[in-house]
Amino acid sequence: MDSNLKREIILDNYSHPYNKNIDNVEGYIKVNSNNESCIDNIDLYLKIDDDIITDVRFDGEACAISTASTSIMIKNLIGKSIDEVLKYIENFEAMLEEKEYEDTDFNEAIVFDETYKQGNRRTCVTLPYVGIKKAIKEYQDNK
Amino acid sequence: MNREDFPMLNQDIIYLDNGATTFKPKCVIDAMNDYYTKYSANAHRGDYDISYKVDVAYENARKNTAKFINAEPEEIVFTSGATDSLNIIANGFFKNILEAGDEVLITLSEHASNVLPWFKLSRDLGINVNYIELDSNLHVTINNVKKAINPRTKVISLAGITNVVGDERPIKEICRLAHDNNIFVVVDGAQSVPHKPTDVKDLDCDFLAFSAHKMMGPTGVGVLYGKRELLETIEPVSLGGGMNESFDSIDEVYLKDIPIRLEAGTQNIAGVIGLSAAIDYIQRIGLDNIDIHEIRLKKYFMEKIKDIKHVHVINEECDSGIIAFTVDDVFPQDVAYYLNKYHICVRAGNHCAKILKNAIGVKNTVRVSLYIYNTESEIDRLVELLSDKMRIIREMI
Ligand SMILES: Cc1ncc(COP(=O)(O)O)c(C=O)c1O
Repeated sequence: MDSNLKREIILDNYSHPYNKNIDNVEGYIKVNSNNESCIDNIDLYLKIDDDIITDVRFDGEACAISTASTSIMIKNLIGKSIDEVLKYIENFEAMLEEKEYEDTDFNEAIVFDETYKQGNRRTCVTLPYVGIKKAIKEYQDNK
Repeated sequence: MNREDFPMLNQDIIYLDNGATTFKPKCVIDAMNDYYTKYSANAHRGDYDISYKVDVAYENARKNTAKFINAEPEEIVFTSGATDSLNIIANGFFKNILEAGDEVLITLSEHASNVLPWFKLSRDLGINVNYIELDSNLHVTINNVKKAINPRTKVISLAGITNVVGDERPIKEICRLAHDNNIFVVVDGAQSVPHKPTDVKDLDCDFLAFSAHKMMGPTGVGVLYGKRELLETIEPVSLGGGMNESFDSIDEVYLKDIPIRLEAGTQNIAGVIGLSAAIDYIQRIGLDNIDIHEIRLKKYFMEKIKDIKHVHVINEECDSGIIAFTVDDVFPQDVAYYLNKYHICVRAGNHCAKILKNAIGVKNTVRVSLYIYNTESEIDRLVELLSDKMRIIREMI
């Protein structure tokens, strides 16, 4: 993908983040995700019904990359089963680490395919994924 | 000033994060190298020339440090840094004299190292940690200290200058007020000692903590100053070689006098020698000149930035080299990433989110912290890069 287009997608998701509102999150699993080395700090809210992620919302303050990554991730995750999500995350992380990966429905998330070149920004991209993994674990532990 | 003294400045880099740590002049690096290459031996235990030379250098460093803050050499304990010093003060001294219900006063803009040791004492002993209210500029006023103290207050522990917005506290007045009320005063000098003259006798503080690396010295070494009679009663938190006189059995352990008693084990000898060289270097330039230089640069920045409407400095009135600002519509971390593309090092942070948010409605800021080697042309470059908001947004990712 052309780097100008990537920039546009990231900025668009930063300016108009998807599901950045927590008006109605009763019964959702809430997890916090923050970055030790910087000031990104978001709360994620997940609704999981019968192992299907039916809704994800978020709130908090984070840099453009983290916010865009969260927005894009949420668009991609809603409707997927937990198994699909875990596979998605595995492939996505492989991409960030410059390993072999399979594009499992990445859609806009492909904009991060060269983030490995900027080591310090990888943690911005992975911020929401850390939270999602925590939430899924919490869901599975309580099942 | 003196840019040629700093090997780090040979790189194409604009370093504006001196609140975090500072660059070292060559004379400091050389002093430490000399120790490692010419008289590398242990202290306080040698029967041969090079070890004696270490003893002399180490104890001269103590005298030099004492003179720097107008203390007595016996009142200077070398530690691993301000954090270590503050922990020793809390756990070695106050833990033994405070009781449940006693109160320690701090503020919401203290560094974690002046908060968490007190929280621990609170859990261990049942003391209370309360906060002196800050005014609308986040400053500590003597009136607010008066309002906060009460018969249970035993300690006031404050940064001389904060790392949050760089406000200077009226430590001398606070000490006078505190001592009239039998309250101890601990000063966290991590951000003040490197930038402004500190005279512990004049201030009359009971304890002072600071780190070498924030004043052009090496990492891993710092200072604990305490009034002699108080240091005498500190129970060593750490025991071992060098600090004992003799031990024959469990009941017969004799410890050395202060300050050696508080320096168990082989110390950071190279670090202490480096700290002493840094003090010499600072003295040659003069702390007054350092202070004037930083404040002049800050004013210069303020003057240049005032026409740039999307940049908001939140601590204009603070007389120190710390500038905290926000940029409309850009998250501070993104400002830092953007500036980094031009090799400008600044810090994005919530330094102390709670207060910044409550007091002025700003949660995170970009922090520029200046030191002697920063220049007007560096400020010019910074302002130039901040002047176009669309450019920041375009280039921040
Ligand atoms: C006000 C203040 N106190 C204490 C410290 C801790 O210093 P060190 O990490 O060197 O122990 C810092 C360091 O940032 C500081 O800014």
